[in-house]
Amino acid sequence: MNAKLICLLIWLPLTSIAQGFAGLGDSAEGFNIPTPNPIFNFPADAGAHPDYKIEWWYITANLQDAQGTDYGLQWTLFRSALAPQDGDDWSAPQLWMGHAAVTTPTAHFVTERLGRGGIGQAGVTTDPFSAWIDEWTFSDRELIANGPDFGFDIRFGDLGPIVFHGENGYSVKSETGQASYYYSKPFMDMNGTLALPEGDITVTGQAWFDREWSSQPLGNDQTGWDWFSLSFDDGAKLMGFQLRGNSTYTSATWIDPDGTTTALENGAFQARPLKTVTVAGRDVPTSWQVTLPVKSVDVTVQAINDNAWMATSVPYWEGPIRIRGSHTGRGYLEMTGY
Amino acid sequence: MTWVTFSALLGHWRRNPLQLFTLLAGLALATALWSGVQAINAEARASYDAAAATLGEGQFDRLTRRDGQPINQATYVKLRRNGWLVSPVIEGRLDGVRIVGIDPLTAPGRLAPTAMTGASSFADFIAGQIIAAPDVTLGGAILDPSVAPSTAIADIGTVQRLLDRRGEIDTLIMAPLQPQGQKPLSDLAPDLTRQVAQSGSDIGRLTDSFHLNLTAFGLLSFAVGIFIVHGAIGLAFEQRRGTVRTLRALGVPLRLVVVLMGAELMGLAVVAGAIGVGLGYVIAGALLPDVAATLRGLYGADIAGNLQLRPIWGLTGMGISVGGAAVAAGGALWKLSRMPLLAGAQPRALAVVARRGRKSQAIIAVGLLLIAGILAIVGGGVVTGFALLGALLLGAALGLPLILSVILSAASGRAKGVISGWFWADTRQQLPGLSLALMALLLAMAANIGVSTMVSSFRLTFVGFLDQRLTSELYVTTEGATQAAAFVAFAQTRVDAVLPILTAQVSVANFPTELFGNKDHATFRDNWKFLSAAPAPWDLVQQGGAILINEQLSRRAELTIGDTVQVGSTAFSIAGIYGDYGNPVGQAIIARETFQTLFPNIKALRFGLRLPPENVTQFVSELEQSVGVPEANTINQAGIKAFSLDVFDRTFTVTTALNVLTLAVAGFAILMSLLTLTAMRVPQLAPAWAMGLTRRNLGALELFRTVLLALFTAVIALPLGLALAWVLLAVVNVAAFGWRLPMYLFPADYARLGGFAILAASIAALWPALRLARTPPSDLLKVFSNER
Repeated sequence: MNAKLICLLIWLPLTSIAQGFAGLGDSAEGFNIPTPNPIFNFPADAGAHPDYKIEWWYITANLQDAQGTDYGLQWTLFRSALAPQDGDDWSAPQLWMGHAAVTTPTAHFVTERLGRGGIGQAGVTTDPFSAWIDEWTFSDRELIANGPDFGFDIRFGDLGPIVFHGENGYSVKSETGQASYYYSKPFMDMNGTLALPEGDITVTGQAWFDREWSSQPLGNDQTGWDWFSLSFDDGAKLMGFQLRGNSTYTSATWIDPDGTTTALENGAFQARPLKTVTVAGRDVPTSWQVTLPVKSVDVTVQAINDNAWMATSVPYWEGPIRIRGSHTGRGYLEMTGY
Repeated sequence: MTWVTFSALLGHWRRNPLQLFTLLAGLALATALWSGVQAINAEARASYDAAAATLGEGQFDRLTRRDGQPINQATYVKLRRNGWLVSPVIEGRLDGVRIVGIDPLTAPGRLAPTAMTGASSFADFIAGQIIAAPDVTLGGAILDPSVAPSTAIADIGTVQRLLDRRGEIDTLIMAPLQPQGQKPLSDLAPDLTRQVAQSGSDIGRLTDSFHLNLTAFGLLSFAVGIFIVHGAIGLAFEQRRGTVRTLRALGVPLRLVVVLMGAELMGLAVVAGAIGVGLGYVIAGALLPDVAATLRGLYGADIAGNLQLRPIWGLTGMGISVGGAAVAAGGALWKLSRMPLLAGAQPRALAVVARRGRKSQAIIAVGLLLIAGILAIVGGGVVTGFALLGALLLGAALGLPLILSVILSAASGRAKGVISGWFWADTRQQLPGLSLALMALLLAMAANIGVSTMVSSFRLTFVGFLDQRLTSELYVTTEGATQAAAFVAFAQTRVDAVLPILTAQVSVANFPTELFGNKDHATFRDNWKFLSAAPAPWDLVQQGGAILINEQLSRRAELTIGDTVQVGSTAFSIAGIYGDYGNPVGQAIIARETFQTLFPNIKALRFGLRLPPENVTQFVSELEQSVGVPEANTINQAGIKAFSLDVFDRTFTVTTALNVLTLAVAGFAILMSLLTLTAMRVPQLAPAWAMGLTRRNLGALELFRTVLLALFTAVIALPLGLALAWVLLAVVNVAAFGWRLPMYLFPADYARLGGFAILAASIAALWPALRLARTPPSDLLKVFSNER
């Protein structure tokens, strides 16, 4: 899910904060870089990797209330290192950023947090697992975030299997070889409460948790990114992304209901915009034709709410979608660089 | 033809370079005065904005420890982890420079300095880079004008390290938007107290009130300036009626003449405006260091003592010049366009024209003065105060010619003898031509009287207040509890009294307040004067249930004697309200014993000492040797007083300089008006000359006339100036400062000012009078030969 990496590297420089995140420009000097055939070590790898430049804990979820109304939920913790080291006071060069959002068919709530590593304001522990910034928390049991006008308090049920993308978690992002470590937990059951201006809403659904870390920027020509996580009603799932540049680079992972994965090469997964809407002054395609011929997938995806714009210091579009066509279901769409 | 016509019009200036000079100089002086005052104001305000932006002063709510001690960093993290969006600030002094530590990631709004926006700069900032105001010298610091003057900013971690205060925070600034579901502060950090943001920052409110002085001057200089621009333009048109008549007689279309004259004037206005803005810059540059020193001394508000070119006042200066010229020229051109072809060169029967306008002018003047009266009764905020000022001044200025006319009529009626009768009648006839200049003089004088009265009253009050309040001969600051104890042991046997100064930041009636715990001592009982008080207030305070508050707190929180206020959980009854001039925040005093019960952890580190003044020097040197308190940590009362007086002297420098400038400008207006009139006066004076008055007599009478008119104007300016002072002290000051200053009168100063005004008028009149006295008899004779 390199979308976030792109969005950070491309959009962060627009703000002062952002420049902090992109502090080291385009070089990964001094940082470790992902190498093929990784061997993951849990629970350590669920935690932070300060010797990598950028990392995130990213949850998106499709939820429904008792009436069947669709909701989308996002909770993300980004880590960005100014230097490949850690520390236990203000001098730690680790910066943290949290994004939280709730999308309803008619509204979209967003909020953001920033914080410093080293002093305890934000971080990740592994045993037991807990990721936090301020009062926002993500652990194996709960997921909490609050903004000025909304909040959520979620409990997890069955967490489901871990799946690895690309070559056993080594996910290539371009033809020139940039890559990240990337694994997911796409089957996390959850239920809880959304605190919205109109009142508390009890919801249930399934979350998709992405973990990714890297130190490498993308190719100079790559301007943006479209990322899809599709949960079909038959239990199968599909993660696919395309990087827009001089040529489009795509990658995808087919996930069977039992968590068995099939990695798909560049070009196997295709996404074509169908309809563009103007959101926050930008033209953003909120409806797509998505095809994966090897799995006979030919679907259209449509945003549940076109206005799912993340007006954060790194602006991008992220929101829940409905899937129709050869397969039906729900999912999440993220678009950067528009 | 256009060019020929244009060069014919321009030819007028070639033949009369002096008129060109007066026009340019008039416009330039008016612009200079205006833009100079604006420059000082703009500069000072920009400095406060930087200060406010740096510290978030007043913009955001703040959390501080009730006992004034540093906040533990763990408390900060605990608050964040419980949904309190606060950002840490630490402040201290490093090599004499105020250094502020912030966390750029959590700081709300735009607290971060501009120099931090840059990819590597952000990383550098976190890694220890210091960003400082341009007036700061600190090794390795980047200089950035967006940082408050005399301040340096660095990452909180950096400042903690530099000040050796790891893990400590002074203040937590609250983001304006807080998330849902916060736990109450009392559960999370009961030792913290929340100070609600002020509508304007403390510094802002305070310095606004000092700027009152300057703004009043700006307003007045604007009015004076407009009068002068109007006069200068009127002069330029009046003197070229002949040229216009000739051009039109030669067949130049009226439209072309009007357009060309308009274009020419705009060109001149631009040139004069540029000169004026340059002059204004010089004025501001010369005065700003004094203004800076005044503000720093009075309120501790740092403003940069050097001037930066800011487009805003340069633009407004040009606007005054060009806009003023356009308005004035518009009227003149309109008249020109409606003038009969050959009538253009006839001298205007000024009085006749003026009589028509007089009635409406009287109505407007009376209306404005009525509005001023109503505003004075209704009262209100700073804006009302300034509206009152404006209405008062404009009404009085417009009313001046009418009042003078009445005076002259009366004098004319009582005149005995031919010459005397002619003199008064002729003076009345000249009045309309001089009235603009006299209005300028009136405003200049009233401004002088008003502002001088305000500043002088302030000085008297403040000095008296210092005498009351700074009664201890010596003030000593110790470095810690150990040294304080050693100091008390050392001092007790050597001085008459040791008065510990116990202080804590508290909130009284939701206003940030500095609370003092005073020892019961004759020093206070004997010297403290109250604006209002219950009987024996100090006894009530010693009994423990009473509190004394300053006037600011009383006005802001609308508290009076007998009201009850809470300090922490203890209730106190207000026993006295005292004047506390120059203090931005609320202040309150309780008994020392009561203070120690409320704040057991606060120990006095500062002390006032009573001892014979002649022993102070000796004591200070012994103190340094025996206890190790350096002389730098002692303040000699005499020194404070000298410093305060010095601050006032600087204020006076600024005020005096502006006074002299406004008077000079008004004098210039008189000169120009007289020059205009002189040319037209020849036909009026020729008969008087023909009947036997010598040219010398005529010149002397001209001079006398001007002095007389200036004297009348000065007499009228006195009540106007005093009314202005009253508005400044009793209306605007209360709204801005939060306290009312008693108004004192300074007759000697007013007499001197009147003298200056008459002197300025005389100097202005001298030259035209001389010219008149030297008019060749042939010119006077020509009047009769030309008259058909």
